[in-house]
Amino acid sequence: MNPIPPTGMIIPTEPGRHFRAGKFDFWSFFFSGLTGLATLLILAILAVLLGNIIINGWPNLSWHFVSTIPRKDFFDPATTGVLPMIIGTTIRVFVMTIFVLPIGVITAIYLTEYAPTDSMLTRIIRAAVNNLAGVPSIVFGLFGLGFFINFIGRNLDEFLQNPGPVWGQPAVLWASLTLAVMTLPVVIVATEESLKAIPLGLREASLALGATKLETICKVVLPQALPGIMTGGILAVSRAAGEVAPILFTGVAYYMASLPSKLSDQFMDLGYHVFVLSTQSPDIERTRPILYATVLVLLLLTFALNFVAILIRARVRKKLRALG
Amino acid sequence: MPENALPKLEVKTALAAASGNAAPLIEIKKLSLFYGQAQALKNISLSIRERVVTAFIGPSGCGKSTLLRCLNRMNDLIDGVRIEGSVRIGQHDIYAPDVDVIELRKRVGMVFQKSNPFPKSIYDNVAYGLRIQGVKNKSDLDAAVEQSLRGAALWDEVKDRLHTSALGLSGGQQQRLCIARAIAVKPEIVLMDEPASALDPIATARVEDLILELKRDFTIVIVTHNMQQATRISDDTAFFYMGELIEAGPTQKIFTNPRQKRTEDYVTGRFG
Amino acid sequence: MGIHRGHRARPLEWIAERGIFLVALSTILMIFLIFVFVGREAMPILFGQENSALIKPVIPPEEMDRLKPEELQAYLGLSDKAFRQMERETLRELMIVKQEAQEEIPEQLRNDPDAHLNTTEWSAMLLPRQWSGYDEPVYIWQPIGSIHKYNIVPLIIGSLKVTLVGLLVAVPLAVGAAIYVSQLARPRVREVVKPVIEMLSGIPSVVIGFFALLVMASVLQSVFGYQTRLNAFVAGIALSFAVIPLVFSIAEDALTSVPRSYTQAALALGASRWQTAWQIVLPTALPGVFAAVVLGFGRAIGETMIVLMVCSASVVSWSIFDSARTITTTIAAEMAEAVAGGHHYRILFMLGAILFAVTFISNLIGDVVIHRLKHRLEGKR
Repeated sequence: MNPIPPTGMIIPTEPGRHFRAGKFDFWSFFFSGLTGLATLLILAILAVLLGNIIINGWPNLSWHFVSTIPRKDFFDPATTGVLPMIIGTTIRVFVMTIFVLPIGVITAIYLTEYAPTDSMLTRIIRAAVNNLAGVPSIVFGLFGLGFFINFIGRNLDEFLQNPGPVWGQPAVLWASLTLAVMTLPVVIVATEESLKAIPLGLREASLALGATKLETICKVVLPQALPGIMTGGILAVSRAAGEVAPILFTGVAYYMASLPSKLSDQFMDLGYHVFVLSTQSPDIERTRPILYATVLVLLLLTFALNFVAILIRARVRKKLRALG
Repeated sequence: MPENALPKLEVKTALAAASGNAAPLIEIKKLSLFYGQAQALKNISLSIRERVVTAFIGPSGCGKSTLLRCLNRMNDLIDGVRIEGSVRIGQHDIYAPDVDVIELRKRVGMVFQKSNPFPKSIYDNVAYGLRIQGVKNKSDLDAAVEQSLRGAALWDEVKDRLHTSALGLSGGQQQRLCIARAIAVKPEIVLMDEPASALDPIATARVEDLILELKRDFTIVIVTHNMQQATRISDDTAFFYMGELIEAGPTQKIFTNPRQKRTEDYVTGRFG
Repeated sequence: MGIHRGHRARPLEWIAERGIFLVALSTILMIFLIFVFVGREAMPILFGQENSALIKPVIPPEEMDRLKPEELQAYLGLSDKAFRQMERETLRELMIVKQEAQEEIPEQLRNDPDAHLNTTEWSAMLLPRQWSGYDEPVYIWQPIGSIHKYNIVPLIIGSLKVTLVGLLVAVPLAVGAAIYVSQLARPRVREVVKPVIEMLSGIPSVVIGFFALLVMASVLQSVFGYQTRLNAFVAGIALSFAVIPLVFSIAEDALTSVPRSYTQAALALGASRWQTAWQIVLPTALPGVFAAVVLGFGRAIGETMIVLMVCSASVVSWSIFDSARTITTTIAAEMAEAVAGGHHYRILFMLGAILFAVTFISNLIGDVVIHRLKHRLEGKR
């Protein structure tokens, strides 16, 4: 029997006895399990979604499908194809990139290299960028209609004295510009991330050699940041390729007999085509296979781009870790 | 050597060198520096002689690096910094309103504590300073790069791989590369902020040997927390404490017979 | 001497740096432009200046000269430029046309009290009304037929219904997973799961809508057995797929940025991982989780394609098992048929402006909260 010391402390008989697993903490186990289940459920949703599309779409995917220009009846599996949609999507995304990359990179350069850290203006600019990221895509569509088409387009037509509306109506240019405004935050964030990752020492070394700030940025900082900028561009492209709402009123067409040849033309689009096939098919069972194939093409496009962007980002992170 | 590409600072140089009596190149008069409200440098007055190695010593946080960075106005890069007093190089107050900081930095080079070569080739690193000054002629660049690398005692080690990445060099080699890069533009003054503190003893020794050779052509100001290093390589020493200049003079005198008690305490290791 | 050249030495650089500043300012300009140009088209409705009544007082063409120019312009509904360009004869013709148009209105419609109504008034857009042919006052959005009914209440209810279902499904799942991944699971798990869930955010909403329409709708109907196959319930669940990655990302970031010292202190005192997560980490990161939910709300209420593909009938009912028309789907579906500059067109823009205002405010709240949380946590580090 152990003596009980005057302080009233009880000394255990075997040291370590109280460490052995005794009570089972039910609630901890339960809630841990619940949250784990939530995670699993989300992963399951992703798996089912992708799996369903791949399983149903893959057998219907063919080189013929991807390279045919369909006739007006989209719903006939024998003659349909998605070539003009792929081309339309590609063109609008390409034009968008031409606009969004310069503006996004320059803005990010300003925010990282020039902006005074605690000024009100800097905070407003950042708030504006964050807000742009949260604007609903349909509002961008309205913006494209109200600003680019009705305001700039119409005035441009008047200025050029066009007999009929050429620019004052839906067109590839306006859809691309609308998408550029929409994906601007993506490019800005990615570029800022890559600029911030470049150690200060490099900039100091350049400045100490008598280079100006702009020279330092152009000759030392930007070349280092290039992979990050590319990542941003690719992410923007991948996001824009899948968006339909912003192009509904700004340039997409249900059917076009020929491919878009100038910036004022309308265009067909993969995502919009999925929408059309899903909701306007006279016989959904017959359309099912081509619908799945179209969705698969769209997914492959967006995922391939996303994948490339993630790869570049991972490689850059590894390289910079070696530097720093 | 492309003499015409880089006009030199004027005057006392030649006279002083000829007479063997090194005249003050840098005159710091009553210099105070404030970070917002906090004062980091208190009323510093100091003369730095030409073509000698001057060491700034003192415990951490005493302001020696801050003072060094005043000499090429790198402190301008920090928000909220304020300067009082003057710093004259040659005849000219470098804080005068009409001074072009970019030009100043071409005259006063800097080597940092942590070596920071650009992620470019060895050749491009050394040629960088020359290129931004407009030197385009390939043979001029080649000659200047070779001369700088020789001057930095790095030529033999890298002459066969000039166009490989500078990041493939060892720590000590990278620091010597940074020195080569700094001297390539032929500045009058080279500032070094604890250049060997991140290096192993062998690399440190090579950098110290390099500094002793460089002082024939350049005025060197070096910040160091290593007192033995200061005694080994410097001709003049300035001891700082808490933002103030306590004592300055020939190195021998500071270390063997200092006038101030605080100096004596520091150099004998009683604190630091 | 070389040093004394000053800033003037580099004019090109100075111009370039001003240019960089201007480009950065343009981001503020863009938000501003969105406000302005979406609002511009909606302005007349917002200020009650439009009148969509079918039967309006007609001014006979003979009386044309008695009118002041502004009155004539307003009566004919012309823009400033068009009015100035037209000659007197043309204006007279227009007046005749207007008179004839009024006369063509069929008899039964003329006697219909609704025909005199300005259906774009705020009272018509927000309050229930008993229209002719109905038994009781209803809220109804029906911009077709001879008398357009523009009550926006069904649309607001529709948006809220779908958003609510979406959030009710997405938030528990996303926050639960965020807690699991950042606090309870092994670090290796986090490295794998986080990018995978982010993949979900890369799926275009058309694809989610397609999946909901083709697969989920039937499956859910057979499981739950309700009557309408394409309803707000299905739309809400599909919507949650788009919201989950967003809420997960932000919540997980907030939970992970709680300093490790807190977790370690709690664990050292003998708390289980769950207790630590629930009692220490979550309360600290709560503002971030709250912000995640707010931003998720913004995303949900602004989503168009998913809901558009799943349900489209405009029904006023609080039951989530009925269909729903949301603000977003209405704009998307009806803009193509709306006459440019007409009342329908302007009301659709007004809906867009309202939507923009709502998401703008919710985004602002979310951003401010995250900003404050970051400050607080970084201070403590």
